[in-house]
Amino acid sequence: MSASRNVPLLEVRDLVVNFYTRGGVVQASRGVSFQVDYGQTLGIVGESGSGKSVAVQAVMGLISTPGRIEGGDILFQGRSLLDQAGKKFVREVRGKDISMIFQDPMTSLNPVFTIGTQITEVLRHHMGMTRDQARRRAMDLLGLVDINAPEKRLKQYPYEMSGGMRQRVMIAMALACEPQLIIADEPTTALDVTIQAQILELLTDLQQRLQVSVILITHDLGVVAQLCHRVAVMYAGRIVEVGDADQVFASPVHPYTKGLIRATPRLDVVTERMVSIDGVPPDLISPPRGCAFSPRCDQAKKDCLRAQALTPLGDDRHVSCWCAIKGDTR
Amino acid sequence: MGRFIYRRLIHGLIVIMGVTIIVFVVTRMVGDPVQVMLPLESTLEQRAAFEKKLGLDRPIHIQFVDFMANIVRLDFGESLWQKRPAMDIVFEKLPMTILLTAVGIGFACVVAIPMGIIAALRPGGVVDRITVFVSLLGLSVPQFWLGLLFIVLFAVQFKILPTSGAATPAHIIMPALTMGLPTLARLVMLVRSSMIDELNQQYVKTSFAKGLPFVRVVGIHALRNAGLPIMTLVGWEVIRSLAGYSVVVETVFAWPGIGLTAIQAIERDDLILIQAIVFTAAVCVVVINIFMDFVYKLIDPRLKLT
Amino acid sequence: MSQTNADSLEQALEQHRHEWVEKLFELGRELKRDKAGLVGVMLITALVLMAVFAPYIAPHDPTDQDLTARLAPPVWYEKGTLKHILGTDHLGRDVLSRTIHGARVSLWVGAAVVLLAGGFGVVMGLMAGYLGGRTDAFVMRWVDTQVAFPGLLLALIILAVIGPSLTTVVVVLALNGWMVYGRMTRSAVLSIRQSPYVEAAEVVGCRWPRVIFRHILPNLTSPLLTLGILEFARIVLAEAALSFLGLGIQPPATSWGLDVAMGKNYMFMAWWLVTIPGCAIAVTVLAINLVASWLRLISDPQEREKQFARHMAGAMRKKMHATIKKELEAP
Repeated sequence: MSASRNVPLLEVRDLVVNFYTRGGVVQASRGVSFQVDYGQTLGIVGESGSGKSVAVQAVMGLISTPGRIEGGDILFQGRSLLDQAGKKFVREVRGKDISMIFQDPMTSLNPVFTIGTQITEVLRHHMGMTRDQARRRAMDLLGLVDINAPEKRLKQYPYEMSGGMRQRVMIAMALACEPQLIIADEPTTALDVTIQAQILELLTDLQQRLQVSVILITHDLGVVAQLCHRVAVMYAGRIVEVGDADQVFASPVHPYTKGLIRATPRLDVVTERMVSIDGVPPDLISPPRGCAFSPRCDQAKKDCLRAQALTPLGDDRHVSCWCAIKGDTR
Repeated sequence: MGRFIYRRLIHGLIVIMGVTIIVFVVTRMVGDPVQVMLPLESTLEQRAAFEKKLGLDRPIHIQFVDFMANIVRLDFGESLWQKRPAMDIVFEKLPMTILLTAVGIGFACVVAIPMGIIAALRPGGVVDRITVFVSLLGLSVPQFWLGLLFIVLFAVQFKILPTSGAATPAHIIMPALTMGLPTLARLVMLVRSSMIDELNQQYVKTSFAKGLPFVRVVGIHALRNAGLPIMTLVGWEVIRSLAGYSVVVETVFAWPGIGLTAIQAIERDDLILIQAIVFTAAVCVVVINIFMDFVYKLIDPRLKLT
Repeated sequence: MSQTNADSLEQALEQHRHEWVEKLFELGRELKRDKAGLVGVMLITALVLMAVFAPYIAPHDPTDQDLTARLAPPVWYEKGTLKHILGTDHLGRDVLSRTIHGARVSLWVGAAVVLLAGGFGVVMGLMAGYLGGRTDAFVMRWVDTQVAFPGLLLALIILAVIGPSLTTVVVVLALNGWMVYGRMTRSAVLSIRQSPYVEAAEVVGCRWPRVIFRHILPNLTSPLLTLGILEFARIVLAEAALSFLGLGIQPPATSWGLDVAMGKNYMFMAWWLVTIPGCAIAVTVLAINLVASWLRLISDPQEREKQFARHMAGAMRKKMHATIKKELEAP
């Protein structure tokens, strides 16, 4: 908190991540930029394979073997996580100041260690706590995520818990060292609908109580509308639109964002029909020239074959679309 | 738990029964024991007396009941070759085989587990490829030949180790190495492949995301998960060795264990000693199997002992 | 009508043949990429040819004794002669010829045992997995029990009592090793049976022999092939060990294991008697193992993808070194 507030908590600049596969080089992230401020919740939405997870995994330093970060920079509190000094810095930060919650709680916990061991090892490693201190803190954390009988739970193994319970444990683990940023990568996708609601409620509640920043990755626009201050829409390894969540939902500019919103079922608006977006997501081994969405876009024109960078539209809103920028926002 | 032990014991009894029945059948029905055990020039009277002594003149089913009753008392009779109770010989030789197995496989574990892990860290890298090739080579070299090479090299050429026998602690080095090398090769391959699998698991990503040190993620989180297949193989290797595969190494180095004794008993047609040895080997296998099940449960709490 | 039918059949056959040729070519291309696999395949081909044409290749009869030339060293020694390129043993028999002929026994025993044990194991596994219930319980109990037997000891005793010969060695090794195939087949059948297409075949009313042969067995070929090859390597070693112990192949027949056992007594004055047949075993088993690991790799798409990724990672590391070097060299 002492760090200067002039710089954002996290800034990702022109991140390029490639995966080398037998089929070719998959360009998973093609120059992604976004930032997260203190206490802010950023939602990243997009189809599967649009590069959402890759972008945040790069932040956590989790890109490995076939994948490689090949460009751009990631700054946490103004310090790079990718340069020579950053490699040391990232080790201090990871798990302590930035923590992560994964998609599938079934496989994210180590099956052969107790919940207690898995929570306390973070505390003992980052906070230098004794076994006893860590155990007490772990019990508090389980209480924080609404798990009762924490004493008993600490001795249990992941296979003895339900999916929702495990995700709560993951959240408790993520909160252990009082991080400044929590990255939640589709935290509810693998859960039952009723449990989803509970977990999201818990996340919102914790975010507000602890004033922690959150990056929430999801393909559920409803969740973003509910939880997030800002939203970034990703398509084919790029961010196509980013801005204040309410504004983006009220008046989407990029045709893809519009399509996404139209394709989302809503309870409050009855008039609009639910429409799917025609076509399939592009192949990231050889993405289309220029705007990757243009082959599926009903407003595509010649200009769209030239690349269009994210352009400010005022009000902290950025869009990469020729139509939108020329004021042609039909 | 009680049920588990009960079931395993029953299965163990079936195994031991099966083995003894096979030995019984093979020795009494397929071959004529008297013919096999007595020299060709022995007289008919000698044969009859011998038959009587072993109870072979009685009907086969009574012989069998007798045989089983004796087994329960751990009394197989006197070894024809050494002229003393067969079980005494077995109890004298078994510890030597256990010692050899323990040192050989212990050595294999100590070397193979770190080697496999290092290879798994960079699959396809230079270290990995060398490790895999050397292990394949180790798997391909016949054990008896390896033992002979060691003798030529260390005992004859460099004269630093004794050739055969078990007189001093130095005597165990070559037999244990020979015993351990194929195990080492198999173990390296297994540790490597299961570690590669584990390191690709989601929980490893979680552990890295938690900021845990590399050594802890690999050496504790992943290794413990890879522990089950590794321990299965180690248990299997121990069983294999006690179930007769030590014969080869013990023969090459004249190591006075149960394997060498078995081959000597076979050469001398001492069926009584053979029966005792096979029975003991079967008991060892059953006991180790049950023991290994408890070890698995210790490593992986998800396993249910049923 | 019938004409068109025949035509289309011919076309289908033609296409089928094309697919086969295509597959073979693909396999060849794969092999070119994997040098270890290529070496393995070449070695095995050479060994098989050597075994088949042994009488024509070998310079001498393997059992011909030449007592005047006992323990002659290989040709590169001063006393060596071109007549016995790899020297002779204690009875003056030609080592090279014995080694060439030894391949016959090793490969024959390996093939026979794999076919016998594999055939029996697969049938048992198919029955257990497909019929389930009591058959399954019985077969699996049998397998469990036999796996817990001290196999080698029993084998030694049976061989000693019945009398060791080529046939008994094969039978005993097959009886000892069928359980692996049984277990693997059963578990594969269980998992394949639950796949939608087999369920569909059952719903449609296919009878079980058809389901097994048309739908289940084809899916088992590649894992069974890999297992069979690995077992082959194991059997070659086992035969050598049995012969070495004197309970396998008996003289005057030739076997590498037997030759090592006989050479053992002359080990210190004639190293080649032990070394050459030993090397022959090692090379054979190594070749089989190389082929097995190559097969496992190409039959598993995931494994191939990983292999490629590793290759790329290696290349990238190298490239990085190159660029770092370049940067350092630049002023």
